[in-house]
Amino acid sequence: MTEPILDITGLNKSFGPVHVLHDVDFAVRAGEVTALVGDNGAGKSTLVKCVAGIYGTDSGRVRFRGEEVHIRGPKDAADLGIEVVYQDLALADNLDIVQNMFLGRERGSAWLLDEANMEQAARETLASLSVRTVKSVRTPVSALSGGQRQTVAIAKSVLWDSKVVLLDEPTAALGVAQTRQVLDLVRRLAEQGLGVVLISHNMADVFEVADRIAVLYLGRMAAEVHTKDVTHGQVVELITAGRSGDIGLARPENAVL
Amino acid sequence: MSEKEPTMTQTPTASSNTAITDFGIDTTTMSTSEAVRDYLSRLRAGQLGSLPALTGLVALVVLFAALSDVFLSLNNLANLLAQGAGQTMIAMGIVFVLLVGEIDLSAGTASGVAGAVLAMHYAENGNLMGGMGSTVFIMFIAALALAAALAAYLRIWAGTAISLLGIVLTVSGMAANPWIEMLLALCVGTAIGCITGFLVSKIGMPSFVVTLALFLAWQGVLLQFIGEGGVIGISSSEVLNKVANGNLSILASWILYVVAAGGFAALSLGRHFRRLKRGLVTQPTTIVLFKVGGLAVIGAAATALLTINRAPNPNIEISGVPYVVPIVLALLVIGTYVLNRTRYGRHIYAVGGNREAARRAGINVTKIRASVFVVCSSVAALGAIVYSSKVGSVDPQAGGLNTLLFAVGAAVIGGASLFGGKGRVSDAVIGGTVLAVVANGLGLLRQPAAVVSIVTGLVLLLAATVDALSRRRAASAAR
Repeated sequence: MTEPILDITGLNKSFGPVHVLHDVDFAVRAGEVTALVGDNGAGKSTLVKCVAGIYGTDSGRVRFRGEEVHIRGPKDAADLGIEVVYQDLALADNLDIVQNMFLGRERGSAWLLDEANMEQAARETLASLSVRTVKSVRTPVSALSGGQRQTVAIAKSVLWDSKVVLLDEPTAALGVAQTRQVLDLVRRLAEQGLGVVLISHNMADVFEVADRIAVLYLGRMAAEVHTKDVTHGQVVELITAGRSGDIGLARPENAVL
Repeated sequence: MSEKEPTMTQTPTASSNTAITDFGIDTTTMSTSEAVRDYLSRLRAGQLGSLPALTGLVALVVLFAALSDVFLSLNNLANLLAQGAGQTMIAMGIVFVLLVGEIDLSAGTASGVAGAVLAMHYAENGNLMGGMGSTVFIMFIAALALAAALAAYLRIWAGTAISLLGIVLTVSGMAANPWIEMLLALCVGTAIGCITGFLVSKIGMPSFVVTLALFLAWQGVLLQFIGEGGVIGISSSEVLNKVANGNLSILASWILYVVAAGGFAALSLGRHFRRLKRGLVTQPTTIVLFKVGGLAVIGAAATALLTINRAPNPNIEISGVPYVVPIVLALLVIGTYVLNRTRYGRHIYAVGGNREAARRAGINVTKIRASVFVVCSSVAALGAIVYSSKVGSVDPQAGGLNTLLFAVGAAVIGGASLFGGKGRVSDAVIGGTVLAVVANGLGLLRQPAAVVSIVTGLVLLLAATVDALSRRRAASAAR
C-alpha cells in the first residue's frame, strides 16, 4: 500500500459549543480518487475547509508527504500544493480562460504580463487533461457551459503543480453529458499522480470514479473503505446510520462509555 | 514553433492528437474571409463592442454636416476637440471606477477643487495661505496629510507620495509657475481620491453614498476657495491658456503623427509576428495590416487638415494639431496599457467580474477598489486643467452641474458597463466625442440649452438600450 500523501489524524473542530468534527482520521493517496461522502451536515465541507486552511483546527495532526505540517491559512495550503475547487467555482465571467487560470499568479512582470507564455501553458494544461470541449482558450468564461466552467476550474487547480486537489460537488449542477466529461477529468487527474478528493452526493458517480470511499457520519469518520469491497447499499447505510454490518461506527451498546 | 504544428499532429500518441484537434481555433490560422465571417457572427451574437457608438458618431457627424455648413469647417472641428477634452478626460478616469462596479459621483466637483487650487496658486502668486485664509489653509494641509496617511494605510504608495508632494508644493509657497500649478492640481486630485477610496473600500460604505456626500462637500470647498460669485482668471498665463487653446507647430504636429502612427504600427505588428512565431492564434496578417494602414491613413488625413490655416479672420493664422489631442492620446495609451498589459489592470477586471474569485485568487481586493478612486480623481484633476484652460477661469461652478453626469454618460455611451467588469479607456474617448459632437452641433444650429439637454439624454438612452439588447442577445447566444 502506498504511503498517503496527505494524512490527517485526530482532527477536531468546534464552532463555539457545536462540535462539528470528532477525532477524524482521513488519508489521501497519490494516484487515487478518494470520495468523501456523508449526509448534509456530516462535516464534509468543514473537513475540506480545515484542510484548505480556511478554518483553523482545534486539535489534530496533519502530515503531508510523511512530514508534519501546520496549515494556518489558504496560502500555506496552496504552498504545499493543496488546491480546492469550490462549488461556486470562483471564475470571473468577464475574463477569458487563460486570464482565469492565471488569476492572481500571472506570469511576466507586474508591468508587462507575458500573455503568450500564459496562453501556451493554459493550452498545454488543458491538452494534458484531454479537455475536448473548449475550442479556444481565449473564450470568455461567460460564453462557456456549466461543464466547461467546471473543467476550467479544475484545470486551474492543476496548473500549479499541485499534489492534492479537493473537488466540492463538481457534478452537482451538471447534465448527463457534462457530468461524464467532468468524471473523466477527475479520473485523469488521479492517473497523473495527484491525490484527488471528490465530495459528492451522487452514489453512481462515486462508485464510478472513486478508489476509496470515506464516509462521514455526524462529524465522525464512520468508515474508510475500498470501493470494490462495498456495495451501493452498504455505503448508503453508512451514510444514513453510520454503520453497516461489521463496518462503521461501533453500536451504542458496544461503545466504551 | 509554426513549423512544428504539423509534425505534432502526426505523432502517434493519442493524447497529443486529440489535444491538437481540441484546440482547433487556437492552432489553425483563420483566412481573412473566415475572420470577417467570424466577426460578423460575433456581432450577430450581441458582442458589439464599440461599434454602436462609432456608428452613432458617424451618423451624428453626417447629420450635423448636412444641417450646418459651419460644422465641418476646420476651425469648428478643432474647437470641438478642445471643448470635449475636459469631460472626456474625466470620463477616462470614471472608466476605472466603473470597471470594479462602483461609481464616483464626486469626480466632477473634486476636479473643480483641483482647478480652484491651481487658479488660486496662480492668482496669489503661490501664496495659498493668503488666498485661503490661515484656518482654511491649515485644514487644507491637514486634509492632504490625512490623505497621505490613508493611502499609506491602504499601501497605495503612489497616493502617499503624491499627496505628500502636494503638501510640499503648498507649504513651500513657490511663486506662480504654470507647471507647478498643474502638478499641484494633480496632487489635490490624488489626495481626494485617497480619501474616497478609503471610505469606500476600507470602511465599506456604498460608493454611491460616499461620493454623493463628497460631491456636496467638494462643491462647498470649491465655493469656500473661490468665494461667492467670484471668478479666478488664469488666461493671462501663457502656458495655462495654451493647454486647451494652443496648437502644436506644424512640424511638431507631423512628429506627433509619426510617433503615434509608427508606435501603433510597431506595437501591433510586433505583437502579431511574435505570436505567429510562437504558433499562437492571431488575426490574419491582412487584417492586421489593414487596421494599421487604415489608422495611418486616417491619422495622416487628420493631421494634414489640422495643419492647414483655419483662422476665420484672414489677419491671423491658426494651424497645427491642438495640444489637447496629444494630451488625450497620451492618457488613452497609458490607460489602455495599464488595463490590458499590467497585473494591476488584470486585477481590476477580475474584481469587477467576480470579487469573491479575485479574493480567493489572493488579490488584495480592498487595495484595488481604493486605488481606482485614486486614479479617477487624479485623472479628473487633469481634466480640470484642460477645461479650466478652455474657459480661461475657475468659478464656483467648475466641475459642478452636469460635468460628472456627462462624464459617466460618455463612458456608458462608449460601451462601459455600470455593473463592472466591462469597459475600456477608449470607450470614454468615443463616448466623450459623441457628446461633444451633440453639444457642438446643436450649438451651431442655435438650439437652446433645453434641446441640447433633451437630445443628450436621448442619446444616452439609446446607448443604454443598445447595450441592454445586445447583452440579452449575448446571454441567449452563449452555450
